[in-house]
Amino acid sequence: MTKVKKYWKGIEELENTPEFRKSVENEFPEQANVGEFLGNDALADSSTNRRDFLKFLGFGVTAATIAACETPVNKAIPYLNKPEEITPGIANWYASTFADGNDYASILVKTREGRPIKIEGNKLSPVTKGAVNARINSSVLSLYDSGRLKNPLAKKAASTWAEVDKAVIPQLEAIAAKGGKIRILSNSIISPSTKKAIADFSAKYPGTEHVSYDAISNSGILKANQANFGDSIIPNYHFENAEVIVSFGADFLVNWLASVEYAGQYGKTRNPKSGKMSRHFQFETTLSVSGSNADVRVAVKPSEQGLLVLGLYNIIAKAKGAATYDAGVADEYKAKLEEAASELLAAKGSLVVSGSNDSNVQFVVNAINSLLGNYGNTIDTATPVYLKQGDDAKVAALVTEMAGGSVDAVILYGVNPAYTIGASFTSALEKVKLKISFADREDETASLVDYVCPDNHYLESWNDANPKKGQYSLGQPTISPLFSTRQAQESLLKWAGIETSYHDYLKANWQTTVGASWEVSLHDGFYSVPVGSVVEKPTSQPAHQAETEVPATTATDISSAAAAIRKGVTAGAFELQVYVKTGLGDGSQANNPWLQELPDPISKVTWDNYVTMSPKQMAELGLSRLERGDNDASVVELTVNGVTVKAPAFPQPGQKYGTVGLALGYGRTNAGKTADGIGANAYQFVSVENGTANYAAYDVSVKATTETYPIAATQTHHTLMGREAIVKETTLAEYLKDPKSGNAPLLLQTTNHGKQPVKDINLWRDHDLETGHLWGLTIDLNSCIGCGACVTSCTSENNVAVVGKDEVRRSREMHWIRIDRYYSSDMTEEISDEKQMGAIDMFTEMEAASENPTVSFQPLMCQHCNHAPCETVCPVAATTHSLEGLNMMAYNRCIGTRYCANNCPYKVRRFNWFKYSDNEQFDFNMNDDLGKMVLNPDVVVRSRGVMEKCSLCVQQIQAGKLTAKKEGRRIKDGDIQTACASACPTHAITFGDLSDKASLVSQISKDDRSYNLLEDVGTQPNVYYQTKVRNVKESA
Amino acid sequence: MASHEAQIREPLILGDKDYHQVTEDIIQPIAGKANKWWWMAFTASFITMSWGVGCLAYTVGTGIGVWGLNKTVGWAWDITNFVWWIGIGHAGTLISAILLLFRQKWRMSINRSAEAMTIFAVICAALFPVFHMGRVWLAYWVLPLPNQFGSLWVNFNSPLLWDVFAISTYFTVSLVFWYLGLVPDFATVRDKFARMGKPLQQKIYNILSFGWSGNARAWHRFEELCLVLAGLSTPLVLSVHTIVSMDFATSVIPGWHTTIFPPYFVAGAIFSGFAMVLTLMLIARKTLNLEDYITRNHVESMNKIIILTGSIVGVAYLTELFISWYSGVEYEQYAFLNRASGPYWWAYWSMMTCNVITPQLFWIKKIRRSFVATFIISIFVNIGMWFERFVIIVTSLHRDYLPSSWTMFHPTFIDIGIFIGTIGIFFTLFLLFCRAFPVIAMAELKSILKTSGSKYKK
Repeated sequence: MTKVKKYWKGIEELENTPEFRKSVENEFPEQANVGEFLGNDALADSSTNRRDFLKFLGFGVTAATIAACETPVNKAIPYLNKPEEITPGIANWYASTFADGNDYASILVKTREGRPIKIEGNKLSPVTKGAVNARINSSVLSLYDSGRLKNPLAKKAASTWAEVDKAVIPQLEAIAAKGGKIRILSNSIISPSTKKAIADFSAKYPGTEHVSYDAISNSGILKANQANFGDSIIPNYHFENAEVIVSFGADFLVNWLASVEYAGQYGKTRNPKSGKMSRHFQFETTLSVSGSNADVRVAVKPSEQGLLVLGLYNIIAKAKGAATYDAGVADEYKAKLEEAASELLAAKGSLVVSGSNDSNVQFVVNAINSLLGNYGNTIDTATPVYLKQGDDAKVAALVTEMAGGSVDAVILYGVNPAYTIGASFTSALEKVKLKISFADREDETASLVDYVCPDNHYLESWNDANPKKGQYSLGQPTISPLFSTRQAQESLLKWAGIETSYHDYLKANWQTTVGASWEVSLHDGFYSVPVGSVVEKPTSQPAHQAETEVPATTATDISSAAAAIRKGVTAGAFELQVYVKTGLGDGSQANNPWLQELPDPISKVTWDNYVTMSPKQMAELGLSRLERGDNDASVVELTVNGVTVKAPAFPQPGQKYGTVGLALGYGRTNAGKTADGIGANAYQFVSVENGTANYAAYDVSVKATTETYPIAATQTHHTLMGREAIVKETTLAEYLKDPKSGNAPLLLQTTNHGKQPVKDINLWRDHDLETGHLWGLTIDLNSCIGCGACVTSCTSENNVAVVGKDEVRRSREMHWIRIDRYYSSDMTEEISDEKQMGAIDMFTEMEAASENPTVSFQPLMCQHCNHAPCETVCPVAATTHSLEGLNMMAYNRCIGTRYCANNCPYKVRRFNWFKYSDNEQFDFNMNDDLGKMVLNPDVVVRSRGVMEKCSLCVQQIQAGKLTAKKEGRRIKDGDIQTACASACPTHAITFGDLSDKASLVSQISKDDRSYNLLEDVGTQPNVYYQTKVRNVKESA
Repeated sequence: MASHEAQIREPLILGDKDYHQVTEDIIQPIAGKANKWWWMAFTASFITMSWGVGCLAYTVGTGIGVWGLNKTVGWAWDITNFVWWIGIGHAGTLISAILLLFRQKWRMSINRSAEAMTIFAVICAALFPVFHMGRVWLAYWVLPLPNQFGSLWVNFNSPLLWDVFAISTYFTVSLVFWYLGLVPDFATVRDKFARMGKPLQQKIYNILSFGWSGNARAWHRFEELCLVLAGLSTPLVLSVHTIVSMDFATSVIPGWHTTIFPPYFVAGAIFSGFAMVLTLMLIARKTLNLEDYITRNHVESMNKIIILTGSIVGVAYLTELFISWYSGVEYEQYAFLNRASGPYWWAYWSMMTCNVITPQLFWIKKIRRSFVATFIISIFVNIGMWFERFVIIVTSLHRDYLPSSWTMFHPTFIDIGIFIGTIGIFFTLFLLFCRAFPVIAMAELKSILKTSGSKYKK
């Protein structure tokens, strides 16, 4: 008999009491008898009564609620179906194209988790070669502009696309049926497919005519070339082949025509290492970026520009034995003009350009270039540039036609004529029955039309571009349309009755006209037609020659042009030059806070335009010259032809005496919350003369008022105060004799080892600079043109806060990189010694810039000192040195004593004075959910009360190191780029590993021109500057 | 009777006081009711203090941006006020510690209130380095506390950290020294209330006096401890402002980077401290009826110290100018030329006038012994010393190495409000002190009655 062991589950089972047996039988035990419990009278005697219970309950709930207040709950929602190409944390790059009728660049768009966050140049592109400007790399923020329309508007009311189409198509058909006139007014379209779509639209509605309009027009060149070549083309300029460049008011480095290309070409001619540098003459009214880089700059009145061009022609024609014409050049310019002419004649390649929009002037410019043999060398007419196609005469004719009431429908695409043309257009528009706009916002013009059919942002669109002959590029969407917008081409096709999507249409058109592989071209972002191959000419572009021609001019042609130039103007007390600012350009992106806060490269003023005046003249008129940090400008009344605007007067050294300047792009009224009401609209002073827009006015009155206006500039002191060690300079002649010229240590200390440069004397223990990486930058002051593309690129990469005008006025801008701009002064230590002046008088006079100063630019970011003064003074060690030579900021550790910023000799540290995100006081992109989509998730948004500064894009360094590690290799030179280095159109900034002997940056840092800024302080920076070499003659 | 006394030495206490009289005179403000002048002063101070506290709260709530600082000038009124208040505190320590060791008996009439002034000035001073932080709620991170942030530790290289130790040590030692001196006097007050039949006050003062019995052993220990603390405080007189000056001296900014700063700051601190003591004492002797205790003699003695320290400061100013020229460093030279002739020239010349020229008037005996003239000049010195710190901090920063960053500093209402507010805090505390604590060290003072009076008292 086996004994089965019995296990019991509890004492009750072991004892097997009757109660237990009963409970086993009852499968569901009885509920607690609540009634019995509550019925217990003893409860009433309990010390805990109902009120206590409620109190405890209330306390408990409140405590739980308060605890919940601690941290807001942010939900990160994972993808339900993860798109194949998106990996959270990994950026995707797409090649695309920026073309807004003013600038063109082949670009790369960085997207994170499906959001475009940064724009960089496409280095593969043979056209722009990786260059962008501030307007282009800031355009990503315009995508997230909360001022954009979120749906189509019909008669000012929100509508749907179906409704709009239902309303528009019958009206268009009715107009077509009665043979009415439909006009499409657009900016310069360089997209062949868009032109084809317009052609298809015109085919459906035969009364359609397409008129191109450029707010910043180059009609003059088109017209002159029409006369010369029979084609209205803009030739392809090659600044890199020019030994001598003479520019008459053309700001070709940042604003004129294909400036994105020209900057890079120009940069190539400014490297003295080859022993040669271009000579650059600039004759202009208002100091421009190009003028500030010129070796010889001459300030002239707008009315004199044409005469100077003619004067130059005469000197050259005389030397070449051609006919000359009386020019009447004022004596003050003769010497400089002779100098320019003689150098032009001596040079092997040269280029003369003019920013004038007067076709007569351009005609003479063509004649000069022809005499100098520049066609075929620096000017290539066989590769026309299509960036500007606007014909001012046709636009004027259209406005007249509209005013006459004979236009039945007008479609506005990429233009804002109510703002740029003004009242004449507005009143003419009223006469048009059907008014349609493709504007992305209810701007000055769109607010007057019947239907606003908002176009996609270009980062939401498919498109192609043909910036010049044989060069194509593709634009692809990098995000789905954020709002219910529709690409303009799509609308045109729809109305033309073509149901294919624009993507398919574009692809088909690409196959037929370009014929290159769609996938490869889309991947690369561009396609260039191999030289020599025959490509079918896109029908949509103007005709052009097969080979570069020399302009066919006859003496009579020039003589009539010369007569027209000489005819002159009735000049008043002042002349006005309307100019383009690097930040806002034509003003279409005015609602972009990054561009508004970008300091003007020359004046360093943000958030405004202003009347630039010669400081000498301002003193005579009793206007404030904004000396010693004063930032309340005097307001002047500027009157031209009865139109008066009030604007602050800004002292601009280099401004021709007797002239004023006013920048375009400001004075918007319907652009959005950021731009509205800022500055004065300079377009109202642009007149159309002889069929071209004239950006100058000759009879201007300037009246001082007693009002003042607050100006916000990031730099309020403009001269170097004799501190030659800051921007080291030499001349080309000196440099060729001694490459170290201008770069000798200024301070020597006598030690027991003899005389030593102060920087070599060291109190500190050195960091190990040999092991591992040592990240550093080199900045060539000779190639830096001061354009500011690096500033916006850095803003975009590093989530730099926009702080607004009032804070900039308090010198609290947050930019991690700034470009210091210095003017020369008439006072130097030598002069003061000569005159036996006291030091106080000398320094007081040094504060004033010369009347026509030479200009130096110096980009400045954290210098990443190896002996950083900031690191030793932080009480909590929030800023420390990395093993790779970086000066690092631990935001979390920072308590905000600002001691580091005080002790920084370079003043590159920026303090978060306020909370700049989610704060109504700072209503810019970081204050709305849409604008915040542009933020780079790799970079933290800094909180109030902490210090921040340039990190040398440490997130890029980490990413580059990780990539290399994953691929099991060492980091190659050029793998990692900082935002500033990648944006620089002239490659002035180079980033790399200084401890890698082969790296470019390490080689440049050992160059004879290299120096550390303020090396006497002993900071041992990892940022190196290269001496600026000016190509000036001894006599000058 | 008086033939054996030196004629030129004036009595330290006037009015033929006896022990009881001294007790009655000094306890009077505590035991009696406050007069309307006290109430008016207190109300004004309290309102000012509240305004300052409001400004501080606004700053903490909104951001340091409500002050006038900028990217170039990261410190201005905040640290100016800090150094100014810390300097003012120095007189108390000097009087109580160094003059005790030198057995300068005239100090006994003023040391109590001078020490109180030290405590209150240090409280005002300490507000600034705390509230000038961008994230004041993390201010405790400057303490070397063991923490859970990993290996994070404070940076012992930073002069700001030295400040933390210097000021906290200074405050602690000053407070202990001050309180120790108060113990026997609290017992006197306790006994007075006992006689007046006010048990509550008696109880409070009994606790404050730690049950002081007044026996010989207690007196012995009291005096020994006073000497020890005086010995401890003496180096503090020199060290605190030396370390404060190192905030500037160890930096690389022209105008800050100066080896002369430690002695120059210490002299300046004593200078400004004595000026503030004079300002306060001249008011107190009138309003609290202490004319017999704070005499012309006291004023003259302090004025002599003002001449000495003022002259040291003046020499330091000139030395700075000479060294900047002699250094041959252009940044250094410009920094000093800019002080004198730049946009802040008015601050520099205010400083020069108030600190260098006005105290020299004390060479004239009549002025040195005049209450009115002393009061006016002491105000000048207070203003001048504030400007000295402003000049050092702001004019050095606003135009340093790179002219591109040069800018101006404009104070905001909040800057001004907080400064005025600390003056309110100071006076509120001082007025409360006058009503609650014996403003003159009675016990010590009684020790000099016999020898200082013209007649021997029974």
